[in-house]
Amino acid sequence: MIEKPATHMIAIGGSAGAYELIVELLESLPAHFSVAIVVVLHRNSKYETKIESSLSQRLNKKVISVKDKMTVLPDNIYFAPPGYHLLIEPHFSFSLDISEPVQFSRPSIDVFFESMADIYQDKGTAFLLSGANTDGTYGLKRLLEMQATCYIQDPKDAKIDTMPRSGMTVSKKIKTLNNAEIIDFFSQLI
Amino acid sequence: MAELNETHELSFAEIEDLVFLLKNISGFDLSGYTRSSLKRRIQRIMGLEHMDIVDLKNALVNLPGFQTYFIQEVTVNVTEMFRDPAFYRKLNSDILPYLSSFQRIKIWSAGCSTGEEVYSLAILLKEQQLNERAFIYGTDINSQVLDVAKKGIYPLKKFKEYTENFNAIHLKENFSSYYTARYDAAIINHDLRQNILFSTHNLASDQVFNEFHLITCRNVLIYFDLKLQERVINLFYESLALFGFLCLGTKETLIRHEVMKNFKVVDKELNIYQKIK
Repeated sequence: MIEKPATHMIAIGGSAGAYELIVELLESLPAHFSVAIVVVLHRNSKYETKIESSLSQRLNKKVISVKDKMTVLPDNIYFAPPGYHLLIEPHFSFSLDISEPVQFSRPSIDVFFESMADIYQDKGTAFLLSGANTDGTYGLKRLLEMQATCYIQDPKDAKIDTMPRSGMTVSKKIKTLNNAEIIDFFSQLI
Repeated sequence: MAELNETHELSFAEIEDLVFLLKNISGFDLSGYTRSSLKRRIQRIMGLEHMDIVDLKNALVNLPGFQTYFIQEVTVNVTEMFRDPAFYRKLNSDILPYLSSFQRIKIWSAGCSTGEEVYSLAILLKEQQLNERAFIYGTDINSQVLDVAKKGIYPLKKFKEYTENFNAIHLKENFSSYYTARYDAAIINHDLRQNILFSTHNLASDQVFNEFHLITCRNVLIYFDLKLQERVINLFYESLALFGFLCLGTKETLIRHEVMKNFKVVDKELNIYQKIK
């Protein structure tokens, strides 16, 4: 069976203070959706977390820790594995990279957003959430240059507002959404 | 980070041009490398050297030594001692005891970069008192990183993390008994280096060079497309003795490949396979 890759992608970049909102918005998703969702969350690679498998069971959805050269498929939720940078290949498969952390982060949100900008261009949507560093800012810039849609969590709603505030310096055109609006966005996906 | 963010945007078509050029003027064939990683790495070189695509092509053709430098910078040489302690625990508890019934144990660490994995393996062999009859070949495409590997001297600041990794394997000795710290460097003990040979080998073009009982190639295949992975995995299959083991990185897999039918899965999570026919 040849699986058709997802034509649209939604990426979520988050760090400290983002996890609870990510769980909440994933919980609000409809039973099926036509996009691929990718979560790039900073977490420690030394402690093997079972986020993917526990969410998969609880949400009854395909929540996958990305492995080398997986095809990007619609209706799937992908998590960047800790300890690797996540990238997308021109023919819509994921690739992993263990080169140096960028801004102390691996996975780096910048690295993923930039790769997604190259491949998905205006078919990409990105969310930058709570975090204590400035990862994701450069990535948003690249996404905007490639006509992707970008949203930032309202710093007032972010547990740690450094990351969203930094993201907002990229362009006044980027819309901020409060938590309720973000959850609403995901609940209305088709 | 300004360097990384300095934009030298390459299109995928320009990358194809560069791959084609390099293949024609040198022995390096990057055509099986993943394009997204290549793009990042090449843009990084352009940033470091303040070059545009024309400068880069020019340097590749005309500047002596630049091709070697380019390959050195394009390939990822990040590695650590005892990365993924669970993998080393499994080697120590299951794989090495199995191999101890062999008269000689020949190990190949493919894509060994600066050698940290090779010395990690040497320490495990020493713990199991197998070091006298084992031999490790560490190979890499890049001769500069092998020079570092041969010296066995690493920045001491990395050893805090390595010690945490080591302690998570639960071995008999203290990690500190395997190296000597001097100022800001750590030197791997001389006796660990006796049965090790570092040598260049290009997985994309070179052939079988020996027969092995254990091959480790971890986080190297992630930089290759499926076609090149197929070549490399067949090379490993042909290089393995019957009942020898192949160990890949935790996010890599044999499952997509035809040759899988000749292997048994020893550990699905850790990606350890045994050649059974």
